[in-house]
Amino acid sequence: MATPNTPLWEVFIRSRNGLAHKHVGSLHASDATMALQAARDIYTRRGEGLSIWVVPSSAITASDPAEKGMMFEPAESKIYRHPTFYEVPEEVGHM
Amino acid sequence: MTISNIQVSETPLVLYTLRRADDALVLGHRLSEWCGHAPILEEDMALANMALDLLGQARELYSYAGKVEGKDNDEDKLAYLRDVRQYRNLLLVEQPNGDFARTMMRQFFYSAFADLYWRAMMKSGDATLAAIAAKSEKESAYHLRHSSEWIIRLGDGTAESHARAQGAIDHLWAFTGEMFAVDEAERSLIDKGIAIDPAGLRPLWLKTISGVLAEATLALPSNEWMQQGGRSGRHSEHLGHLLSELQYMQRTFPGLTW
Repeated sequence: MATPNTPLWEVFIRSRNGLAHKHVGSLHASDATMALQAARDIYTRRGEGLSIWVVPSSAITASDPAEKGMMFEPAESKIYRHPTFYEVPEEVGHM
Repeated sequence: MTISNIQVSETPLVLYTLRRADDALVLGHRLSEWCGHAPILEEDMALANMALDLLGQARELYSYAGKVEGKDNDEDKLAYLRDVRQYRNLLLVEQPNGDFARTMMRQFFYSAFADLYWRAMMKSGDATLAAIAAKSEKESAYHLRHSSEWIIRLGDGTAESHARAQGAIDHLWAFTGEMFAVDEAERSLIDKGIAIDPAGLRPLWLKTISGVLAEATLALPSNEWMQQGGRSGRHSEHLGHLLSELQYMQRTFPGLTW
């Protein structure tokens, strides 16, 4: 149904308890205003959100799935980067 | 079991509430006719959302009308067991969907009014109507915003969309005057502070729609003649067809639930 006149938008919603906007899906709309309204109508029908961002999908630069070996595998062997090797002083309490 | 029409004792407050309930039900039903047929998926959802807002308003208003009447006429009976001549909605809201431009223009004309109307009714001396108004006002405000944005894009879009939007204005304009009309029954409620005088809303309504239509490069008709009759049950031929579909199940299988 999409035509060149209705570009794709990515939708981000901040929920009632959430601190950050989370990606929830995408939609087609002619411009930013209409995208925001469509996002409201499609993604907040059950009280999911208190704030909406819409971003043109074309503005996103994505990593290439074909390069995932080079991009992500080197990190898998470096478990010492996880913060489980520190001793937290008791006075700090919960972090 | 009987499928004959119910009779409603239309005291001023019952009649007044019933009129607003019928507006919401009939317009909501019209919008629901788009479900599965809208030009894009996103708008299909938007139209259904607006339909559900209006259906919710209708239910509250019917329930209240039935309660005020005090004769065992609940929301279902009021919606399903009154004939076309007993319906009290505006002629504007029963007009067929036509193309998308006509549907949006109808929504725009009505919502621009409803937004002002419900906001004013929040100060009604009737606590129930004031509460319904407070809920409905937020819904109407969004319907106005949504339809306004579409009118701007249709009017200031292509030659085709402009022509269709202008055609919709010319077709629907004569049905807008009825929103601001007041009869004797309503006058008595206005005097008591239960209803508001809609005539006072017209300058603001005109300002709202003029602003949007100017941005949309669309023109208001110079035609001043206005059609009336819906409030007293004299409807266009379209409402009977709408009701036959809306009421079919209860008329065929009285009392059926699922």
